[in-house]
Amino acid sequence: MRFLRSSDAIILAILVVAMIFIGLVNPAFWQMSNLFSLLKENVVIGIMALGVLLVMISGGIDVSFTAFAVAGMYLTVRAMVALDYNGLVLPFMSAILIGGLLGLMNAGIIHRFKMIPLIVTLGTASVVRGLVLGLVGTSNVNINKMPDALVEFGKTDLFTLERANGSTYGLTAMIVIYLGLALALHLVLKHTMIGRSVYAYGADPEAAKRVGFSTGRTMIFVYVTAGALAGFSGLLHSSMIWLANPRDFVGLELDVIAAVVLGGASIFGGRGTVLGTVLGVFILVMIQNSLILMGIDTTWQRIVVGAMLIAAVTVTALRDRRALV
Amino acid sequence: MNDTNSTVTRPGLRNLVSGETAQTNLMLAVVCILVLISMTALRPTMFLSSYNFESMAFFMPELGILSIAMMIAMLTGGIDLSIVGVANLAGITAGTLFATMAGDGGSAALGLGPVTLGVIVALLVGMAAGLLNGFLISVLKITPILATLGTGQVFIGLCLVLTGGPAIVGFPPGWNAIGNGKLLGIPVPLLIFVLICIALSLLLARTSFGLRLKLIGTNPKAAVYAGVKRGQMIFYSYMLTGALAALAGVLLSARTNAAKSDYGASYLLQAVLIAVLGGTNPAGGRGNVLGVALALISLTLLSSGFQMMRVSNHLIDFVWGGFLIGVIALNSWRSRKGS
Repeated sequence: MRFLRSSDAIILAILVVAMIFIGLVNPAFWQMSNLFSLLKENVVIGIMALGVLLVMISGGIDVSFTAFAVAGMYLTVRAMVALDYNGLVLPFMSAILIGGLLGLMNAGIIHRFKMIPLIVTLGTASVVRGLVLGLVGTSNVNINKMPDALVEFGKTDLFTLERANGSTYGLTAMIVIYLGLALALHLVLKHTMIGRSVYAYGADPEAAKRVGFSTGRTMIFVYVTAGALAGFSGLLHSSMIWLANPRDFVGLELDVIAAVVLGGASIFGGRGTVLGTVLGVFILVMIQNSLILMGIDTTWQRIVVGAMLIAAVTVTALRDRRALV
Repeated sequence: MNDTNSTVTRPGLRNLVSGETAQTNLMLAVVCILVLISMTALRPTMFLSSYNFESMAFFMPELGILSIAMMIAMLTGGIDLSIVGVANLAGITAGTLFATMAGDGGSAALGLGPVTLGVIVALLVGMAAGLLNGFLISVLKITPILATLGTGQVFIGLCLVLTGGPAIVGFPPGWNAIGNGKLLGIPVPLLIFVLICIALSLLLARTSFGLRLKLIGTNPKAAVYAGVKRGQMIFYSYMLTGALAALAGVLLSARTNAAKSDYGASYLLQAVLIAVLGGTNPAGGRGNVLGVALALISLTLLSSGFQMMRVSNHLIDFVWGGFLIGVIALNSWRSRKGS
């Protein structure tokens, strides 16, 4: 009963209505191959969104995660190519480590200098992208050079189905990783002291401090986790598309933030759930991918995403309405 | 009302001539000169050529006006992430208008009248965009970051829908003169930029409007008790930001003779950076045009010098970002020392 009154339930209802509507306009939406490809699209954006959710619950906003994802992905893949290394565990560890360290930089600057996270992360994003493109390189690592282990890993399917014409399609196993990470973050946020401190800090930093939470530790947890998730998602992305492009993810930060806001997180901090974010990501990806199915020109995509973001923030703003004076 | 106004005004005026702003501007001027000297030392013949300064005078004003627009939004404690979208939308709307008016004859035949109309339409587009931002922020109480993030997407989306993707080309000659012409040997964009700077610094420093804007950023509660209509002021400030962004769009499309949905995308970060570097407090309440102009000049000199030394453009991005963080650190250190 409590679930029915939560904002997650409203988001779920919106999702179901949208699915029924798109299905009515074009029944091809319900084909298994379409649903599987939608789920696959969710994985990378979803993992990034988990990091953004964490930052947003703490009352901040992060626009540097796409740059961190590129750094984690591109540095790792280039190192693997240079060393002729073919493995899985070490590369993913390195991508996570790169993202985590960059996140630590964010945390340090934001906490030490008491500066607005948006402006700090705009700066660090520019620094990281500039360094990666300026010092490491601007050329893609294409499929012929990509380490086999990564490519094979990205191809893993949970199960495959066969189309009428004999070609097969499958549900990517990466969805398990995504949902596993989501579940882990949910448990951390709900049931650990550090998780609760993120909510406390986001709702009121001063109060959190007085209750005895170490705000520095909370900031480090938030930004390092967000960075690590970004680094991981970057490498996962390149393993799924068999390509490492250092110019990837430009502009994606807006989509991911839109998805998290759509999922009911409040930019004032202190509010937001993993389930809501997962649903928000699904709605965003589904609507972006279904415009073509509904016969709407793709040039309208930006307007639709922008309008969805405005609608979602309006609803959350009305919900969170705080006396400003 | 007069009484409240004067009590509002006095602390503001004192603030204006106070040490901190002057100190920041002095520091920026020193940075400007240092950059100028070091670049001259490294590449004397190229850097000091009149061609180099002239080209800077043509492309600097766009970014400068966008930075001032960003500063205005920051004065009330807000931010406007939609300025580049507004700039492109203004240029594209004007371009579409010219194409419709010219019909088959081509836009070359359009004279001064249509060009003036185009400028007015572009500025109106900017003000309408600002009106939308102001409505979301002041009436619906959406955080400026998210509201302008969303409207920015919508504006860029409208650009895409209007153009279908490719750039609009073929603006009338009168329009191009705004971006490429010279008046008495001075590039027209530079002239416009200087006029805007003077007008806005007078507006911010010498009118009650400017002081009320800053007061909202300094202390919203006190501002309301002092009789400042917060909602109304926020509407005005975002409309001003929108109009300035549209003006930057006019200059951009006039200089390049084209308008496209993704022109000037890198200007957004740079405008934030220049505004903050120029002594604007992103939390509101503090900012001045002179500081922004000095920050603009030092960063333009810096990137122009880098380009001459054939440093990769990406490393220039790195330097800009590093500069931003450095300034944040410096400001924090100074304010801590002050307290």
